[in-house]
Formats: sequence, structure tokens, C-alpha cells
Amino acid sequence: MKRILIVGATSSMAEHCARLWAEEGQVRLVLVGRQLERLSAIADDLRARGRDVEVLTRVSLFEDPGAIQGLVDSVFREGAIDIALVAHGNLPDQPSCQSDLNLTAQALSVNGTSPVLFAEAIASAMQRAGRGALALIGSVAGDRGRKSNYVYGAAKGLVERYVEGLQHRLAGTAVTVTLIKPGPTDTPMTAHLKQGGAKLAEVDAVARDIVKAIARGQPVLYTPSKWKLIMAVIRNLPRAVFHRMNI
Amino acid sequence: MRRGVLGGGGIGAAMVRVNAWGRLSSAQHRVVSLTGRAGAAATVQEERGGISHGMGRSYGDVALNSGGLLWSTRGLDRFVDFDTVTGRLVCEAGVQLRDIQRVFVPRGWMLAASPGTQIVTVGGAIANDVHGKNHHAIGSFGDHVKRLVLLRTDGELIECGPDDRSDWFAATVGGIGLTGVILLAELQLRPVAGPWLNTESIPYGTLDEFFDLSSRSEADWEYTVSWIDCLSGGIRKGDSGRTKARGIFMRGNHATAAEGPPPNENSRRVPFTPPIPLVNKLSLRAFNTAYYWLGRWRAGASLQHYQPFFYPLDNLHDWNRIYGPRGFYQYQCVIPDAAGPDAIQALLGEIGRAGRGSFLAVLKTFGDRPSFGMLSFPRPGVTLALDFANSGAELERLFGRLDAIVAETGGRLYLAKDARMPRALFESGYPCHAEFRAFRDPGITSEMSRRLMGD
Repeated sequence: MKRILIVGATSSMAEHCARLWAEEGQVRLVLVGRQLERLSAIADDLRARGRDVEVLTRVSLFEDPGAIQGLVDSVFREGAIDIALVAHGNLPDQPSCQSDLNLTAQALSVNGTSPVLFAEAIASAMQRAGRGALALIGSVAGDRGRKSNYVYGAAKGLVERYVEGLQHRLAGTAVTVTLIKPGPTDTPMTAHLKQGGAKLAEVDAVARDIVKAIARGQPVLYTPSKWKLIMAVIRNLPRAVFHRMNI
Repeated sequence: MRRGVLGGGGIGAAMVRVNAWGRLSSAQHRVVSLTGRAGAAATVQEERGGISHGMGRSYGDVALNSGGLLWSTRGLDRFVDFDTVTGRLVCEAGVQLRDIQRVFVPRGWMLAASPGTQIVTVGGAIANDVHGKNHHAIGSFGDHVKRLVLLRTDGELIECGPDDRSDWFAATVGGIGLTGVILLAELQLRPVAGPWLNTESIPYGTLDEFFDLSSRSEADWEYTVSWIDCLSGGIRKGDSGRTKARGIFMRGNHATAAEGPPPNENSRRVPFTPPIPLVNKLSLRAFNTAYYWLGRWRAGASLQHYQPFFYPLDNLHDWNRIYGPRGFYQYQCVIPDAAGPDAIQALLGEIGRAGRGSFLAVLKTFGDRPSFGMLSFPRPGVTLALDFANSGAELERLFGRLDAIVAETGGRLYLAKDARMPRALFESGYPCHAEFRAFRDPGITSEMSRRLMGD
């Protein structure tokens, strides 16, 4: 039976990945989140989806290093984890961050430090177990700082540098690390973008890409794949041009 | 690059253009998403005057509320419980039928009743009391709903089923979303040996042959349906004096085969809306002739996957664009048994003389069972469904002639398809409409409710 740990399991992207894993059957999922009620609703859904699907829910603090270490240790004590997905985050309102440092601090912590702490604890446990596939959800926003969302982008950029180093450290071991960079996706986190008429990727298709990339141990995944090209252009725009763009 | 896409901020309370499947209008709506059962009550109480909206697959104005509020149920998409012994599934109302089929067919269970597309929500299937090709054998979608939870806009939750507060259940099944927001349903799935069906297709040349094939097939075949060449009827009569009406009759039963053809995974998309409808008198006649002769050539028995048999158009995304920028109407009526053959002949005569219609024309007999819902469409008789590219006043005159034939037989039009029927035809076709009124939620209104019920 495959054992999967999902941190930030109430995020829409994580939930859709969990559905795919549950539908394969023969899986034990550990869902970590902040609200038991929301985790329970997701757990019920996953149990109904496949044959032999076991689901455990764990409520945790997300910004307390001690709590994070304790949680990961206790999960691994029950047996090694085959796949871990660190998926939590929120999209802060950039102008509000600029006028309220508390919001900025919180956005950096939730989207940057917190996922790194979880990943660090999980990676070491996987290394001790001698195997595992770890994935973190970054963002195309981490590829270049832009005025419309650079606080969020900076946190996701932190995740990217972190993953780069972790991949370096774990090269040659049986532990793989995947950085997922979704483009704007149709989830509750981006509902306001959709109201503004933006074209968003289907979360279900994004989840399929993620599950596939984790299974392959792919180092970096842009999903939908067009974002790989779009971001290559944006990263390489000369400053003189970039600064004239309203993005 | 659009600012909205890469931008992080900019929360805008913008309105969103929403069209129904017929694409007759594309008015602004304020769309509020229901994302969980727990928060739904607070959301609908916060602002009333909306209507539930799922996948937008109803053709007309049943789930529209121009300039007003829609509660999108697409986020209410969780399963709650599945009993592997009894096949009872409890799920939220925004779960799509295709998710149920995808998850449970490999486990030996399938939806009992399923319409011609699986890209609809459970809530929409209940509110429109949809039916499938096996109506004569197992009834409509509502016949397999064992329980549902309805959220009224005053925050009250009403749990009901066929034996429990059955008046509320009868109002809500087929109740076009007007009795409350359906949050949850318990469905009885049916066991299946696998995803395949033994199917047969049989060409027919007259309406008598169609009715004869139907009545002979109903006892032994769970699924029956027919494509009919809508231009072939009522124009000339054969030597025997019988009306020519050519078509292809299809029937199927679940197979016990352990292997069979896979579903067609290749999906295509109609990439843009052509400036004029692709369906016109010329293309229609050519297509129907080709389709009929191809059908004749391919007639016979075959093993088919359930997806192409049940949902032939689901792999052609946005097929509704072929009718051009003005959209299209689907006209679906049911004619009570006794009047069936003559009325269908009369309807096809009118359509043939007008040279209108579409290649998507369906003729099917319903089973001899009344529906549970007060406003449910299926009733004993024969149903004819076909699309018409929106051509304005001329088309409305044709509809007027068709309406007269339907009204005379005591028949009715399908609310899930309708965007135009006169109120008088609604009231004559749905005799329970007055009784239904008592169950309406005063905080819910739709384009259709205003058009057909006055508020």
C-alpha cells in the first residue's frame, strides 16, 4: 500500500491530486491542515473514491518549527512515506502588503518559510528511510519579481532556491524532489482573477500533471506547460523593456 | 499579456458574462461560488434573489438570471459516502455525472439514469429530472434519488426523499432549482459487469416502423433511442400510404464481456464561433442523407463502450458554437401515447416544410410511468427533440405551429431545453404548476421563473 503525506491538504490543487491518488486505490493518505472540519470533508470524499483507501487527518500549526518537526516525526514513525506533497499557500493582495507589514510578514511566512520547514523535516526523514518523492508547490510568480505580486513572488522564489539546494544535496540518493510551478489556476485562491476575466487553467488538469511529474521524479514542472515558455521570455526581458510593462 | 493573469492583486467585483448551452444570450451575472456545505447557508442568506448554476448545460433560461445573482455549485463537488455493498452514493450537488461514472464504473457501479451528456452536475440532473435512453426501463434521474438536502434561502435545511416529506421531494425533483439550493443527494447506483454494451442499430423508413421497433424492443432492451432525419417526414407518402420518416433506431443492453473497445479519448473542440450557422438547408439535407446511408451501411450488432453510446457529443467540446453567433433553440416535446404517431407526423411535416431543424434530432418512446416530480418532463408517450439555429421571427412562427400541435395532444415541452414557450403552454403542459407554487423559495428567481410563472 502506497503511503502519501499531503501538507496543506485543503488547498484545491492538493485536494485534486489526492483525488487522483485515491482513485488509483490501495493507498494510505495522511492529510495535514489547519481546520479539522474541512479536512474531514475531504477525507470522506477520498474514502469514497477508491478501493482500499485509508485516510488520516492531522491538524497542525504551520509556522511553528517545533510543531512541524513533531508532526513529521510522528507521521514517519508509523512507516516511511512514499510521496509527500507540500501544497499550502495563499495569494496575498500586493497593495495591501505594501501598506501593512504584518500582511507582508505573514505572506512571506505562509508561502515561503513554512513550506521550506515542512520540506526540510520531510526530506531528512525520507533520506533516513532511503527513499521517497517530495514535491513542493512553487509558482511561476517566483521566476521574476513583478510589481503586481512581488511579495508572493519573493516567497515562492525562496522556495525555488531552497529546492535547488535540496536537489543538490539529495542527488545520487533515492529521494527525488520536484518543484511544481503552476500558472494561474482556477481555484478559490484565484476566484477574484476569474471575475476579472482572466483565463485560468483547470485545476484537474494541473493536478494530473503534478501527479505524473512526482511519479517520474521530474525536478521542475511548469503546468500548464506553456508557462515554461512564457516565463523564459519574462525572465529574459531586458530591464528597460520589463520596467515599462504593467504586469 | 493580460494584467489579470500575472497580477496578484486587483480584487474586482466584476460581473461575468454567462450563457446557457443554447448561446441565445450572454448577459452579465454576479457569480458567487458555493465552496462547501458548511458555508453555503451563510452565502445564500447574505444576498437573496439568485438561482443555482452548475455546468451551464441546460439550453435555455432555466439557470439564467440576467443582471442578477447565480450561486455556482461547481465547488460543491465532494463525495460524502459510498456503500460498496448497496451501491448507495451520497454526494454534494456539484459533483459531475462524469466523475461518478469514472470513479464507480471500474468498481462495478453506474448511474441508473444518465442524460446525453455526462458534463452536468447531480444538482442539475435532479432539478431538471433528466432522463436517458433507458427511461422505459428504469424511469428518470429522480427515480434513483433516495434522499436530498435542500437549503432554503432563509437558512432552513430540508431533508426529503420519496418516503420522507415526499411533497418537498416531488417539488424539488424537476423543480428547476426554485425550491431551494440542493446541497446533497443520496443516489442509488446500479450494478454493472463492465463498461460495455451490446448494441444494435437498425435503419427504419417510416414512423410506423419506428413505433413498431420501439414497442418490440422495450421488453428486451434496456436502452432504446433513434436518430431521425427531420427533413424526411410528412413530405411524401410511400405506396402504402404510410409516412416516410427515415432514421436509425439504436438499442443496447449491458454486456458481460470481459473485454471490449476502449472509450474514444480523443477530444476535439469547435475552435471558434463561425459568423453564420454551419447548419443550413443545404448542409442539413446533405448531412442527413449521408448520415442515414452511413447508418444503413454500418447497421447491425456491435459491442460499444458506454461513453460513445451514452454521450456521443461529449468529446466534441463547444459543439454548440456551430449554430453561429445568434445561438440555437432546442425544441423537445413529449406527446402522450394515444396521439403519438399522428402528432409526430404532423410535427415532422411542419419542420420538413420549413426546411429547418438539425442533424441532432432524436425520437424516443418513454416508459409507461409517471414521473415523481411535479414539474418533471417525462410522461408516457413519445418524445421528439431537435435543434434550430436561431433565425428570428420566421423560426418563432414555426415554433407557434409546433406548439399548437403539442398543446392539442396535451403534451409538454422540456423546461431544461426551453427558452421561449408561451406561459399558456407551460400551464397546460404542467398541470401541477399551481400546486408547485407553494414550495417555491421566495429568495430564488430565474429568467425562466419570471417568464413562465410571473416572478
